[in-house]
Amino acid sequence: MRNPARDLVRVLPVLDQPASARVPELRGEECLEVFRGMLRVRLLDEKMLLMQRQGRIAFFGPSSGQEAAIIGSGFVARREDWIFPALREGGVLLLRGFPLEKYFGQLFGNCLDVEKGRQQPMHFSSGEHKYVSLSSVIATQLPQAAGAAYAAKIRRDDCVVFGYLGDGATSEHDFHVALNFAAVWKAPVVFVCQNNQWAISVPFEKQTKSDGVAIKAKAYGMPGVAVDGNDVLAVILATREAHVRARAGGGPTLLELVTYRRGGHSSSDDPTRYRDESRVEPWLLVDPLDRFRDWLIAQGQLTPAIEARMRDELTTIMNQALATAEAADKPPLETLFTDVYASMPPHLRQQMLEVQGDGSGTAEGAFPL
Amino acid sequence: MSTMTVLQALNAALHEEMARDRNVVCLGEDIGKNGGVFRTTDGLQAKFGEDRVLDTPLAESGIIGTAIGMAMYGLRPVPEIQFSDFIFPAFDQIVSEMAKLRYRSGGEFTCPMVVRTPYGGGIRGGHYHSQSPEAYFVHTPGLQVVVPATPADAKGLLKTCIRGQDPVIFLEPKRIYRTVKGEVPDDPEFTVPLGVARIARAGSHVTLVSWGAMVHTCLEAAEEAAKQGIEVELLDLRSLLPLDQDTILDSVKRTGRCVVAMEATRTCGVASEISAIIAEEAIEYLEAPIVRVTGFDTPFPYTLEHVYMPSPKRVLSAIEKVAKF
Ligand SMILES: Cc1ncc(C[n+]2csc(CCOP(=O)(O)OP(=O)(O)O)c2C)c(N)n1
Ligand SMILES: [Mg+2]
Repeated sequence: MRNPARDLVRVLPVLDQPASARVPELRGEECLEVFRGMLRVRLLDEKMLLMQRQGRIAFFGPSSGQEAAIIGSGFVARREDWIFPALREGGVLLLRGFPLEKYFGQLFGNCLDVEKGRQQPMHFSSGEHKYVSLSSVIATQLPQAAGAAYAAKIRRDDCVVFGYLGDGATSEHDFHVALNFAAVWKAPVVFVCQNNQWAISVPFEKQTKSDGVAIKAKAYGMPGVAVDGNDVLAVILATREAHVRARAGGGPTLLELVTYRRGGHSSSDDPTRYRDESRVEPWLLVDPLDRFRDWLIAQGQLTPAIEARMRDELTTIMNQALATAEAADKPPLETLFTDVYASMPPHLRQQMLEVQGDGSGTAEGAFPL
Repeated sequence: MSTMTVLQALNAALHEEMARDRNVVCLGEDIGKNGGVFRTTDGLQAKFGEDRVLDTPLAESGIIGTAIGMAMYGLRPVPEIQFSDFIFPAFDQIVSEMAKLRYRSGGEFTCPMVVRTPYGGGIRGGHYHSQSPEAYFVHTPGLQVVVPATPADAKGLLKTCIRGQDPVIFLEPKRIYRTVKGEVPDDPEFTVPLGVARIARAGSHVTLVSWGAMVHTCLEAAEEAAKQGIEVELLDLRSLLPLDQDTILDSVKRTGRCVVAMEATRTCGVASEISAIIAEEAIEYLEAPIVRVTGFDTPFPYTLEHVYMPSPKRVLSAIEKVAKF
């Protein structure tokens, strides 16, 4: 951040700063649900990066260090709310009850994948969970989120739309268009920017000269709130306020969750080429899981034994789901041609028959028809 | 001569042109300090400084729009779009502005610039890291579209484009960035003209037309066909606009048979244009229907990528089909 003194919404104590008196209301089991969601993101990251190195999946985008931002905001979204995700919100989808088998099915691109193996890993989708299929194309989801929110508004549905983005996305025209439309229409949308300070190799200070992301909201006439994104209680607090405002007809909010991309941009990236890894160290001291854990323990809501059990349970479930998913077949050949349109036009049917007829579907010899 | 990969050849071309002409500037996402996500621009920022090698904010319309302004003012920008799949946020700047500036200003304002962008499939990249968008740009008057298939052409064509008068969409075959090696002239004045196809393999029975990474797939198919006694003449177009109609027509008039192979979706693709030209100009020489081997008319898939991408086998069956017609 250019201005380190910039006020961030903060609840949990950090370094020498004490806890805030404003704590979001959370029941005991809700606290554990949030912690569990965060832990799952961390465990998945470790496992999936390993699998990627072993060549079992082609690509992975880690989110270690951003668990509070992801799970804290995702926790506030209700079942009836819609999610327009960016790259790092897979943990939100799981929090909404998406089965792990399908999650892994997406990474493998096989029959268990809702998307029928059509997208690169990490590009999740689930109609049932109102989690819109991710596009790689940065920021395109944001005007769509504003549009969906407007639609919910004129239908008088009790629905809030979450539009996620990274700090890099704030440079795209679609970001600015989305904020402007959403504000003009007073659409019930919460834009959640995970400012992890990097867009691949480009640091935040080269992305924009504004003092953080939240301030950009001002020009569009909506509240912009900068939050300590490694403080899950602060994220919940700020997201709830935005959510309440949206439901009450108060229009959109831009949340900036200030966090840090601890690892590479993705499994394809080598951050040592462009950043001094000592820049990461201070962020390890404000680890979102550690901070929440300390607080939960101090509140008597968590013990090392409970956490150990949670970890074991998550790992067992993960490994079982992984075994099931990895054994699943590839999607059938016809899925290459279906869903382009509601019903297959003649030229596509002809192309499908060509492939099925001449056996070129087995061109590489590896594909079991 | 040096042996180089396609990637090294492109990198060498950029180094040479930046050294030759102080007006050449490179800009794009992650191209500076990181040297580009594929390393095509490696070492440029260290050598030529941050003023001439810019890591831009994440906005393709910004990258192309500002490059157009730079070009009008007299610089020679070489913007990079990280993947051609992400060129569409800049589509307006490209088709409405870059392509039309010369025409709409009566020739008084121009924007000679080279938009470099990796294209094509075969890297397990899914919809948004695999597409072949050449047809959109060939369809837009005012743009030149160039696609090298060899290291020497990658270098020579890029240098020609940077020295040229008109804007270029320069599509880089990312699948073969590192896998194809070849001899590349060291002479800093080595260039390759636009609009001249390369005969990648001579033959008298079937003309096979292709460009970019697909040329190598076609070469494999041609070698297989030769085992059956079918001698294929493989044309590597190198530039799609300007298009070397003469070489295509000359070859087809000799062989009477033609296959056009490309990765892009079939409908209204460049293969269709080439087929139409042959039908208009040389139908009396044809002994068989022209056959297109293409990607299917679906979004680019992930798991079934190998089915989608024209394989040597698919190209070979097309060759056999026209040869035996
Ligand atoms: C339109 C577009 N341009 C470029 C890219 C390539 N790209 C993928 S992720 C990324 C950086 C994104 O940074 P940010 O928005 O901060 O999200 P983060 O990865 O940090 O979560 C870039 C440049 C893309 N996917 N889409
Ligand atoms: Mg970022």
